[in-house]
Amino acid sequence: MNWGSFSNFLAMGGYGGFVWGAYGVTAVLIAAEIFALRARRRRAVQEVASRSRGQG
Amino acid sequence: MSSTARAEGGVHLFRFAAPAEFYRLAGRLTPWFAALSIVLAVIGLYIGFFAAPTDAQQGESYRIIFIHVPAAWMAMFLYVVMALWAGVGLVFNTRVSAMLASAIAPTGALMAFIALWTGALWGRPTWGAYWVWDARLTSTLILLFLYCGFIALHSAIDDPRRADKAAAVLALVGVVNVPIIYFSVQWWNTLHQGASVRPGGSSMAGIMVAAMLVMVFAFWMYAIAAVLHRVRSVVLEREQRNEWAQAVVVARGGK
Repeated sequence: MNWGSFSNFLAMGGYGGFVWGAYGVTAVLIAAEIFALRARRRRAVQEVASRSRGQG
Repeated sequence: MSSTARAEGGVHLFRFAAPAEFYRLAGRLTPWFAALSIVLAVIGLYIGFFAAPTDAQQGESYRIIFIHVPAAWMAMFLYVVMALWAGVGLVFNTRVSAMLASAIAPTGALMAFIALWTGALWGRPTWGAYWVWDARLTSTLILLFLYCGFIALHSAIDDPRRADKAAAVLALVGVVNVPIIYFSVQWWNTLHQGASVRPGGSSMAGIMVAAMLVMVFAFWMYAIAAVLHRVRSVVLEREQRNEWAQAVVVARGGK
């Protein structure tokens, strides 16, 4: 263990803003991509379903 | 339902060039790559934050490397793969290759953006500037623009087959930029540090390299999972008039 305490971990030796700014935005963007992927898939499935109903 | 697709495709590998078969294959593979990515990310972050020591010169700020380098490598790698599939689609007029290319672009753009963002937050404590018009940074910014250009051009043309062709030409022309990014630190006198890992050696401590490489594989697996997931939506969007797509959705909810 490098840190000793959680607040030391958060502080990252004074670089906390940079390190967590990098990791935080990366995590948010990846979560956003996963959300977008699911939304697009839902939309695509609905579109096919409504088309197949329309054709009977 | 999918038995028709299976019958017409035969048993050879090229059956995956048929959208119906490829759709099934991608659906089966996606969860495995996603799971691998999560496991590798947990291991990589654990090593990166709890086993790797503080850097003698950069202190803790160097820990940004564990996402910066994987994102930058993936941004370049995905571009080459995207251009390759776009080129195959252009030459052989194969539908699945063009769909793959268009499914890669958003994830590639995301990786390029993450590389630039994490690089800015690493550059500030290390160089004293979030951004400099350095050869490597500039060529990576151009990479992001190429991805955005590919996506914009593709969505600006209504006919998907024509959109595939136009975007493929853009992707292929832009490939020139990838070796420029990669070799920029050798060709020009740049602020960006040289490669820390190259065949035959590394300038970093072994445990740091280990964490970084595990994270590279985590990002790689994530990218594959994201692209396979997206390409299934692309296939459905484009094949929605086809019987197999409607059968898949009605019988199995799109599985």
